[in-house]
Amino acid sequence: MSDIQKASLSPETVLAEMKKNGVTHVVWLPDSETNWLYLLMKAEPSLTLVGVNREGLAFSAAAGISAGGRTPLILIQNTGLMESGDSLRGWALGLQIPVVLMVGYRGWTRHGVNTDTAATYTERFLNAFGINYYLVEDGADASRISIAFEEARKTKRPVAVLVADEYHGFN
Amino acid sequence: MMDTAEMLKVYNRYRGDAIVVPGRGGRHWVKISSRRGRDVELGDPAMGGHASFAMGLALAQPGEKIVLFDSEGDIQMGMGVLVTIAEQQPKNFYHFMLDNECYATTGGQPVPHAKTIAYDAIARACGYARTYAYDNHETFSINVERILGEPGPVFVALKVRADIENKPIGSRVKWRTRSQVQVVQDLKKELGIG
Repeated sequence: MSDIQKASLSPETVLAEMKKNGVTHVVWLPDSETNWLYLLMKAEPSLTLVGVNREGLAFSAAAGISAGGRTPLILIQNTGLMESGDSLRGWALGLQIPVVLMVGYRGWTRHGVNTDTAATYTERFLNAFGINYYLVEDGADASRISIAFEEARKTKRPVAVLVADEYHGFN
Repeated sequence: MMDTAEMLKVYNRYRGDAIVVPGRGGRHWVKISSRRGRDVELGDPAMGGHASFAMGLALAQPGEKIVLFDSEGDIQMGMGVLVTIAEQQPKNFYHFMLDNECYATTGGQPVPHAKTIAYDAIARACGYARTYAYDNHETFSINVERILGEPGPVFVALKVRADIENKPIGSRVKWRTRSQVQVVQDLKKELGIG
């Protein structure tokens, strides 16, 4: 295993965090930062995958799942997060939905200068809506996912996990 | 064209234990329903999201019948949800859509291509198990009980008269008696899940 593979956030680790936190439904639209999760999620019998084709619909779908007493996770990219502003406001914040948003942080880098406006506006967007967030760069950060779930339950608000994966080369 | 309140009264005869998300029909529905714990009148949290919300509810509660009264303006804003619902195939989901051909709450401006779209055909093409369209009270009344007896997902497009509002939002009659958060809390209590 290369150093890069060791450092990466493994799909098994993320799936374990989902199961540990009782996720029943993953409402998602594929992105290049978390695409490695798909096959594992699909094979996991305790998860229902709800594919949407526009990220704003993920927030209203997750609100319905939560209102029905189950535990959704929203898995989208930062670009789609920004598209979802009104739905995030009205459905997730308005209905006080405790949901974790796992957001592919397209363009994120800690080396050199950011050249992707998707990354430029991601944290500004979350701050504008008062959404707290946790950066997860590799396996050592995985426990922050559970912190996000706990915070969402406690505050009855959405909490974001930014999957800052600059290693996979899909960006 | 049907009167929305009269159509909802007909539906209510066959409601049974269904959980109803009345969407844009909410202001009429709250005066008709006698099972308020099973009503999910949310007003308009964010346009375009009623169908995905109700679908989520149906997926979370597969043992409950979920009935949504959506609108054509909402559907046009998030038409892709029809594909998601068709893929999930919730057997307990009944998707009624009120089509008044306009944005009534903003003064009655037409929705794009208002008089031409066959929403039932779109839903059928997306993969809904059964789709219907009615433009008059009589045929709706004759068929609604049968439709509710079929497995979902079912889509029913309904032509209704527009209740156009032109008053500033602040001076309109407030029909909701519960906050959105209270509505969800009451539903959870009714279902024994919160």
